Amino acid sequence: MNALGVVQILLFIAVLVALVKPLGTFMARVYDGERTFLSPVLEPIERGIYRLAGVRPSAESNWKRYALALLLFNFIGFVVVYLLQRLQGVLPLNPQGFAAVSPDSSFNTAVSFASNTNWQGYGGEATMSYLTQMLGLAVQNFVSAASGMAVLVAVIRGFARRRASEIGNFYVDLTRGTLYILLPLSLLLAVILMSQGVVQTFSAYNSVDLVEPVTISTPVKDAAGAPVLDATGNAVTKSEQVTQQTIPLGPAASQIAIKQLGTNGGGFFNVNSAHPFENPTPLANFLELLAILLIPAALCYTFGRMIGDTRQGWAILVAMLVIFVPLTFAGYAAEQSGNPRLEALVDQNASATQSGGNMEGKEVRFGIANSALWASATTAASNGSVNAMHDSFTPLGGLVPLWLMQLGEVVFGGIGSGLYGMLMYAVVAVFIGGLMVGRTPEYLGKKIEAYEVKMASIVILVPPLIVLVGTAIASVTPVAVSSVANPGVHGFSEILYAFSSAGNNNGSAFGGLSANTPFYNIALGIAMWASRYWLMIPVLALAGSLAAKKATAVTAGTLPTHTPLFITLLVGVVLMVGALTFVPALALGPIVEHLQMIAAGP
Amino acid sequence: MNELRPALVVFGLLTLLTGIAYPLVVTGIGQAAFNGRVNGSILQSGDRAVGSRLLGQPFSDPKHFWSRPSATGPQPYNGAISSGSNQGPINPALETAVRDRIAALRAADPGNTAPVPVDLVTASGSGLDPHISPAAADYQVARVARVRKMTEADVRKAVAAATDGRTFGILGEPRVNVLELNLALDAQVDAQLAQ
Repeated sequence: MNALGVVQILLFIAVLVALVKPLGTFMARVYDGERTFLSPVLEPIERGIYRLAGVRPSAESNWKRYALALLLFNFIGFVVVYLLQRLQGVLPLNPQGFAAVSPDSSFNTAVSFASNTNWQGYGGEATMSYLTQMLGLAVQNFVSAASGMAVLVAVIRGFARRRASEIGNFYVDLTRGTLYILLPLSLLLAVILMSQGVVQTFSAYNSVDLVEPVTISTPVKDAAGAPVLDATGNAVTKSEQVTQQTIPLGPAASQIAIKQLGTNGGGFFNVNSAHPFENPTPLANFLELLAILLIPAALCYTFGRMIGDTRQGWAILVAMLVIFVPLTFAGYAAEQSGNPRLEALVDQNASATQSGGNMEGKEVRFGIANSALWASATTAASNGSVNAMHDSFTPLGGLVPLWLMQLGEVVFGGIGSGLYGMLMYAVVAVFIGGLMVGRTPEYLGKKIEAYEVKMASIVILVPPLIVLVGTAIASVTPVAVSSVANPGVHGFSEILYAFSSAGNNNGSAFGGLSANTPFYNIALGIAMWASRYWLMIPVLALAGSLAAKKATAVTAGTLPTHTPLFITLLVGVVLMVGALTFVPALALGPIVEHLQMIAAGP
Repeated sequence: MNELRPALVVFGLLTLLTGIAYPLVVTGIGQAAFNGRVNGSILQSGDRAVGSRLLGQPFSDPKHFWSRPSATGPQPYNGAISSGSNQGPINPALETAVRDRIAALRAADPGNTAPVPVDLVTASGSGLDPHISPAAADYQVARVARVRKMTEADVRKAVAAATDGRTFGILGEPRVNVLELNLALDAQVDAQLAQ
């Protein structure tokens, strides 16, 4: 680690924390239905939407109808994204003439974007038409994110209300979240990104002359497309000169802004934010990084304000930072120390003229510090965009993002979903605290009883179940194992990473795994679907149950939930569940690989 | 049906707003305010487009500074499909590739025994990285100067002109834009020939 790297990480955290209160306050006002400075422009649009849709904004519903509306809305999104991909060949705005996407890949991508995972089995610039990107994927970037926030707000109302049966109006929460929060922030970020060089156009791809043409040898294929073999059985190749470079274009900036802000993470281009057109400069990188954690962090304050005790929100944020900051520095240290296998061959030392360290799969403009910081931010939040290839990280550098996902995406997490996940951990933490002192547990003035603990346990246990069972099945299925790119234990890590990512709605990948196969498209599609909606429903059930309860009086025996003691308890529960569940799997993957790497032999 | 109407109508209207109006507005602003940048930061030489300032190109001629290795296929720096190598740290293929790249650098510059900066022999994340570290440029200065029959000081001057420091002195890493550097060196030759 070097001083300027550390300073960049600390500066990032400082700016993030400074924005929590202003944005958190604004979002609380939006969800409480108050007027904001954007109302003069947006309120007419908002009212028009309600009128055309026949939504009465004042009519709230109980948790079951709230959940039904949410599922129905998300299902429509899934169907539309699926159809757009299958029909893109005959639809407009397809200047590259891309054909329909295969059924299994379309299914995977439709689930992926509806569930706010944004796992990508395809390469954007070689697969998706501009229309599919805009009308399918970018729209889901907005509404899947707004759906997550809506569920969170419903849970917050569950805590805040007394003896109530309603937890809000899904369409109002969805519309206000999209209009007042996501759209204005995206517009602002998109404009700044364009000023840095992110492309935004509807023109077809361009091409330029290479300064030095390159000669490549390509296999000769017969009329049927099979490789031609010579007399000795080797593939026949022919030399070909490439004189031009394709310049990929498209409406990228508008989509990149929301994929960062909405913890979506699905890149416009194949390599996501490592692509110079997606993330061209250090300033663009800083803002895209900030956009990953901005809303999840600020929602902690929104939560505190909406329940009338901002200390509770700060306590949750501190718990998240207590896990995030040390893991970020651990990842940075591992990447900066470089690859021992290359130690004798190259200069990996950081200096004034190079970042050094493990540069395989990283970009020079970001260096080690920004790549490691991005890796932990994108996996702490369930964003999943990348600015470096996680598959090429050192074993311990790759363990950090892997474990951050396995912690259940509650350290910041998805927008909305991360905080409601963390609140489930808080419920379990007060339950454990209650057991230790022999009192009925309470959280935020609500008695936590068997029903709440059951719902919270479902939310905490479903993702590990999906991750571990999925990894186990894939590891013994030959067709799944054949997708692995790297030999040895690293191949197992690729599979574990894929299911950890899908099973926690993250979306990042160890990219070497060839995941665009029927097996992974279907298996990971099911994982993403289950881990999104099997959690949302118990969370909403818990919200409904809490809303119906009366408030309990605070007494000397009540465990305060804004103190360092409670923060420690909460962090302990999160880490304990994450460690107990995943250490065996991690030991088989990155930990063995680390030992192999530092050993002298092969 | 009571449930279906709001779901369909709200979906349709939010699609219009976020899927059509929003990208059109952003495109309008971008095309008006940042015309060169939103269209790919194309570099012109005369009326010929010779590259994008943001996308690297492959170089193997000793008179040019070499870019980082690129893992795109079938040719390196293929803009049509960005890609990293995704090789794990103990994948034997990685070590073999690094050894081959070092051998190629040494063959083009016999006698240079300085340690090779890591970024010059490891593949970038995008396969399109337009930059090398100043250390990686420094490693190549003597070779380029010798082949071009220039003084090292003049080559260093060109390198400095193509170098960006950290943004605001803090963000990112110092870096050298390889395509701009090579175009500048080639332009100097053209200018001399013209005289």
